[in-house]
Amino acid sequence: MRQAVFRRPEIGDDNEMLRARLHAIWETAPGLKGWLGTVDHKEIGIRYIITAFVLLALGGIEALVIRLQLAGPDLHLLTPEQYNEFFSTHGMTMIFLYASPILSGFSNYLWPLLLGSRDMAFPRMNAFSYWVFLGSAIFLYSGFLVGAGPNDGWFNYVPFAEKDYNPGFNQDFYSLGMIFLGISTTVGAANFIVTAFKTRAPGMSINRIPIMIWGTLTASAANLVVVPAVSLAFFLLWMDRQFGTDFFQPAGGGQPLLWQHLFWIFGHPWVYAIVLPAMGMVSDGLPVFCRRPLVGHSLVALATVSVMILGFGVWVHHMFATGLPGLSLSFFSGASIIITFPSAVTVFAWIATIWLGRPVITTAFLYFASMILLFVIGGVSGFMTASVPVDWQLTDTYFVVAHIHYVLIGINVFPVVGATYFWFPKMTGKLMDERLGRWGFWTMFAGFNIGFLPMHLTGLLGMPRRIWTYPAGMGWSTLNLVTTLGSFLFAVGILIFFFNVIKSLRSGAPAGANPWGGSSLEWSVSSPPPPYNFAVIPTVASRHPLWEEALDESVARTSLTRGMTLDQGKEALHTSPMDAEPERIVATPEDNVAPFLLTVAMMVLFYGMLLKLWIVIGLGGLGCFAALLMWLWPRRNLLERAPPDRKEPVHG
Amino acid sequence: MAEFARSEPQELPVGPVGRSGPGWWGVAMLIASEAALFSYLLFSYYYTGASALPGWLLEPAPKMIPTLPNTLLLLASSVVAWYGEKGVEKGDRTQALVGIGGAFVMGFIFAGVQCWEWAKKTYGMGTTSYGSLYFTTTGFHMAHVIVGLVILAALFFWVLDDYFSPRRRISVSAGILYWHFVDVVWLFVFTTYYLTPYLGFAK
Repeated sequence: MRQAVFRRPEIGDDNEMLRARLHAIWETAPGLKGWLGTVDHKEIGIRYIITAFVLLALGGIEALVIRLQLAGPDLHLLTPEQYNEFFSTHGMTMIFLYASPILSGFSNYLWPLLLGSRDMAFPRMNAFSYWVFLGSAIFLYSGFLVGAGPNDGWFNYVPFAEKDYNPGFNQDFYSLGMIFLGISTTVGAANFIVTAFKTRAPGMSINRIPIMIWGTLTASAANLVVVPAVSLAFFLLWMDRQFGTDFFQPAGGGQPLLWQHLFWIFGHPWVYAIVLPAMGMVSDGLPVFCRRPLVGHSLVALATVSVMILGFGVWVHHMFATGLPGLSLSFFSGASIIITFPSAVTVFAWIATIWLGRPVITTAFLYFASMILLFVIGGVSGFMTASVPVDWQLTDTYFVVAHIHYVLIGINVFPVVGATYFWFPKMTGKLMDERLGRWGFWTMFAGFNIGFLPMHLTGLLGMPRRIWTYPAGMGWSTLNLVTTLGSFLFAVGILIFFFNVIKSLRSGAPAGANPWGGSSLEWSVSSPPPPYNFAVIPTVASRHPLWEEALDESVARTSLTRGMTLDQGKEALHTSPMDAEPERIVATPEDNVAPFLLTVAMMVLFYGMLLKLWIVIGLGGLGCFAALLMWLWPRRNLLERAPPDRKEPVHG
Repeated sequence: MAEFARSEPQELPVGPVGRSGPGWWGVAMLIASEAALFSYLLFSYYYTGASALPGWLLEPAPKMIPTLPNTLLLLASSVVAWYGEKGVEKGDRTQALVGIGGAFVMGFIFAGVQCWEWAKKTYGMGTTSYGSLYFTTTGFHMAHVIVGLVILAALFFWVLDDYFSPRRRISVSAGILYWHFVDVVWLFVFTTYYLTPYLGFAK
């Protein structure tokens, strides 16, 4: 088809003919080619979510084994070596393979729907980020299967992780797998940033975007610049182990503390990268059940960004006990404490929203609201450990373990489960069972607090973390037993949730387009949404497009049924970064297997590096090159090439 | 009765026109991330060097000859590449091929000189942490030079095959943007490893 260089976009009404035409254009091809080559953000999002939940279950089983080993004194369920592998793999799985990918999954699914666009900015990169996530998860776990799982903790400190102390393949699986996974995160982050700034519906100016977008956007900006730190750290470690370099070896003039700097320059902002999008989910979901807009929308958006900016400057608070100079301790302690200010802004905004609203207590509301409490508890223990003298007492005790679990489970797992209850009807067209939902919630909530609240005490009583077992008579036995019982109760809660998902998929009540009376654009399309998302590109006139009648905030009304049709091929609209003025009609890529093939070639490359087989490395490299060439080859249908006769109509 | 918001249907560009389009943004994001990678490499150098004992720098220290002329050659290749991009912009295929091909040759010479310099070193990657950092940082840069050369070669053949026009040339602009990045990063690597020892760092 010949396309003009410039065109006046057609304005039309949403009707059946248009929908049928768009459906034919946007539908993923059936069969294996469509399955491997799909670039539909909704399909990719669902895959991300399912894969991450499977990994959550795996990491959870590892946690339960650890808790069984610690249930009483002097138990010998695991050997010390097995215990190391279990706690390391548990941490790695939960932090890298569950917490971040699950949020990417929700964002992949929801972003274009929230933004009023037809797909992400880079649909093929979107597919690629999923395949690489899956590939790296397989890579990381394949070590565990051959008895060489990571065994030095998820933080992987040197010199324990150096070859002298750890000669097996364990750390090589971890190092290379993390570099592999970093590619997925980086690609995803770049995609989110450009999507947020370029693909918003006309009229959705920067002050009108939902908080969830702010959460994932700031997290992505952080990922883009901090993931290279950890990828580099793991690369240098792999070089130390395999090629005898001296980055972290004091004998060769290396600096073991350099590892901790590179790791925590990444590791601390990462903590916010796995909570800010989840906080965004709560900021968008909670007000729907409170029947009023979020209190202080702009302040919450600003708080999100400032938490992230401050988050760059606090990595040393993970290193208070390493003997750094006093001045740097004071600076980083102060910076860490200051983060409570923007965090508190968000917490008070949520409380005020509930207070001033008329809350409808659904299961999703319970999960969102419980996050406020858990965030406060985790925040208070974080405030305590931000103080250097307290940290010196508590470092490497179970107090820190309690803190990290309150923060990560409280403000990642609870909102994610709540978000599943909230958006499940949109994704599947079916409602989840509310009664079962409540049972699941109270079991999880009780189990979580019974399990992790006593851990604070265990830590204050001096029980060190990462120990395989402990003698009787230390005063830790009862508390550990309670923690183990709580963790099993928590696991039952998660099982009820999984069961509810499967049961509701089979026999849930039909949901309709907007079962909760939500205010944002995703609730304006059918459940599940059609492949093209919006038949006509919406034009947005306020922050709450679907609540305009009730709120009467602005003179103009959002237009959902009349707008740009963009149906001359697989097209989307790009808008300007601040005001979302229409800027360009873009041609969107068709299904493409290059992202999948590139991932397969990368897996060959990484296994070759692991085994140091140069021929395999060469083959993998060539495969990557071929797949990249296939991907990047300038295409006429994407208008990256001149037309064959070199004459294209300027105006259409 | 409220008015419905409508975006005024003005004429819009279709697809990437000129240098602007989504692909350009994507490469800019990639560059931001890669720039961060290099800043952590250089941070590692300064951190390790600042806390090392005297005598950390290995002999022979990096020399200005041939590296300074080589650096100027690499920077000049950016200008030549820009000239090639202008050629595509004007629809002048000869200028485009001369520019992109010229940048390729200059980049290739740079890589050759760098390999020659590596071979001349009396120490290796495993000698001390300085050697590890030197070879890894310049090695990372070399990997980027090679990727850049592959991109320039692909662009050269695509231009030879008459793929692009003044309007449809986003691949050229994105590829040459990457080449500029490869050259600019070298300035930081050069300053760090070749100049700071003369300024007294880690002596």
